Amino acid sequence: MPATCLRGDANANPIASQTKTMMTNEVFGVSPAPPPTEIAACLNDCGHSWTPLLACAAGTDRATASDAPNPTGVIAVFDVDDSLGRDAEDQVWDRLRALRDTEPRLEPVLIVLPADRLDQLDDKRELFDDFIIHPFANRELQARLDHLLWVVGRGDRDEIVRYGPIELNVETYQAQIGRRPLDLTYMEYELLRFLASNAGLVFSREVLLNRVWGYEYYGGARTVDVHVRRLRAKMGEEHAHLIQTIRSVGYKLGQGRWLESD
Amino acid sequence: MERSQKYVLKAVEERNVKLIRLWFTDVLGQLKSVAISPAELDTALDEGVHFDGSAIDGFARTNETDVLAIPDATSFELLPWADDGSTARMFCNIQNTDGTPFEGDSRQVLKRNLDQAQQEGFSFFVAPEMEFFYFADGDPTHRPEPLDSGSYFDLTTSDVASDLRRETISVLETMGIPVEYSFHEDSPSQHEIDLRYTDAMTMADQIMTFRLVVRELALERGRYASFMPKPLLGVQGSGMHLHLSLFDANTNAFHSEGSEHSLSPTARKFMAGLLVHAREITAVTNQLVNSYKRLVHGSEAPVEITWGTSNRSALIRVPHTKPDKPSSTRIEYRAPDPACNPYLSFSVILAAGMKGLRENYDLPAEFFSASDQTPEGLSRQGIQRLPHSLAEALDVMENSSLVRDALGEHIFEWFLRNKRDEWQSYKTQVSQWELARYLPSW
Repeated sequence: MPATCLRGDANANPIASQTKTMMTNEVFGVSPAPPPTEIAACLNDCGHSWTPLLACAAGTDRATASDAPNPTGVIAVFDVDDSLGRDAEDQVWDRLRALRDTEPRLEPVLIVLPADRLDQLDDKRELFDDFIIHPFANRELQARLDHLLWVVGRGDRDEIVRYGPIELNVETYQAQIGRRPLDLTYMEYELLRFLASNAGLVFSREVLLNRVWGYEYYGGARTVDVHVRRLRAKMGEEHAHLIQTIRSVGYKLGQGRWLESD
Repeated sequence: MERSQKYVLKAVEERNVKLIRLWFTDVLGQLKSVAISPAELDTALDEGVHFDGSAIDGFARTNETDVLAIPDATSFELLPWADDGSTARMFCNIQNTDGTPFEGDSRQVLKRNLDQAQQEGFSFFVAPEMEFFYFADGDPTHRPEPLDSGSYFDLTTSDVASDLRRETISVLETMGIPVEYSFHEDSPSQHEIDLRYTDAMTMADQIMTFRLVVRELALERGRYASFMPKPLLGVQGSGMHLHLSLFDANTNAFHSEGSEHSLSPTARKFMAGLLVHAREITAVTNQLVNSYKRLVHGSEAPVEITWGTSNRSALIRVPHTKPDKPSSTRIEYRAPDPACNPYLSFSVILAAGMKGLRENYDLPAEFFSASDQTPEGLSRQGIQRLPHSLAEALDVMENSSLVRDALGEHIFEWFLRNKRDEWQSYKTQVSQWELARYLPSW
């Protein structure tokens, strides 16, 4: 059974459910509409919106198509639970052909299909950017979406690193916690950014020193402890627990974002 | 431009900072500041800021007076209490105009000493216990007036001073200066705030910030905070006990499982170095005429040069630590007072300890109590005492190549000259005590 997206889950743990995902400007045209649950959840989790791919008639110019927002990318699901007939599938391909021929070319396009239908893609290489075999792990779908957006130069999710009440803007170097500004020194900021970008992973002091400081520092590995303590002081009692000390190993910030559930 | 510098530029823009204070410290440990506007920041980060050093204590030289303040971008921090948070500060290293480190800059003196220890494989960690008084005002024409008559660990809900202390701690924590403990000390209106250990350079910076925060917040409330070592007659003065440890790459070099008091040979040699050279470094760690009025018998301040685990008047105390926390094995050096220059004090303390370590000094036996407490008796038992006065401390320091090397020629010479003047000025005073004692009979 595929993993469930934490944020799409009503019973998600309290830290993660506090997360307000910032909406991106990405609008994915999806087929079928509404999309299968796990795809909707992943889009939601990434802060992307979706719109039915076939709402606007094939061949019309995207800019004038309809009231619905123009898709900036596409996720098309084929023959997963017999939700789509062959005719409808042909319509999807026609639609994609139209969108890909129009300037600016629509990208990314991601196809979701069962392994036994891979040969269907043989003559349609120009109509999509990547595909994923169903069933898939949500983590993979998200990773592919992130990567595709990054490849086309729209990986703007990277500007904001977010975990629970923590929000770091990588562009402006600003940090917030629980919606109040968190004034950090440069190294405190870099440490928090690293931990928040890798939420749920445990790092040893040596690795943190290496990855965050990147050079010999006065305190050696002990420097990490000192900075963590300083960060916790600034985050305040309410949030200090977000950075956890893992005894005789190192530190981690929060839980992983992609907890597998059964 | 380095990323840390870009970080500062962005922060100033995003947080709407209107004034950036460039901080440095004179030889006597007073905080000095050059303020610049955001428009000047770019250049300041890149090239530093020129200023005339001749007005700064210990900065004047005969040949040239201009120096450069180079901001340390990694120390950029907003001052949350000042001007609605629109003021920030950075610590500076002071350079000569040719780009070489300025020899009168105590921050770089500490850096040089830390670098040397680093080359020998050690980093130096310090946690201070900051003691100070709150008074009604800072008017020196009358005796200071305490705000309360509370004492050790008193829990008084009403007093202004406790509110002030609480508020101060909150500002310190916001500025990334974690507080370990705080409480009402022994004397009326005396408070103690213990800071969480960090590397010596950061800690020296933090002490400079600490003293400013404590004083400014008190002033805001119309009170006066003082770090004077002995402001009140008949009650204990303010010390700045320093908890010290050395770390090699990842572990506490002072800790050794199963040995006496968990002390490693490294710790024992370091302690021996401190004990042997304690007299030489006292002028630096206790630099005021007034400092020596704290270092007397009858209070908890150290007088004899001894070490112990439970003896509260020992110069070095080895605190009891939990066996499962090797990182907290440390020694407590109890002579310094909070009116010292932390950069220079850490420098000479480290130099003394490292000399003991390098030259394998033997640690004398733990001192419990002397059978014969007279000066002669103590000296027969081989126990020395700290200098009685600033004058004596300066005499000892003058002959110390250890202190000369640690401070560098420029500061060493200037400090002795300046402090001799201070002593001379004190010596010519006729005090109230003398009048009361002698005038009636003579």
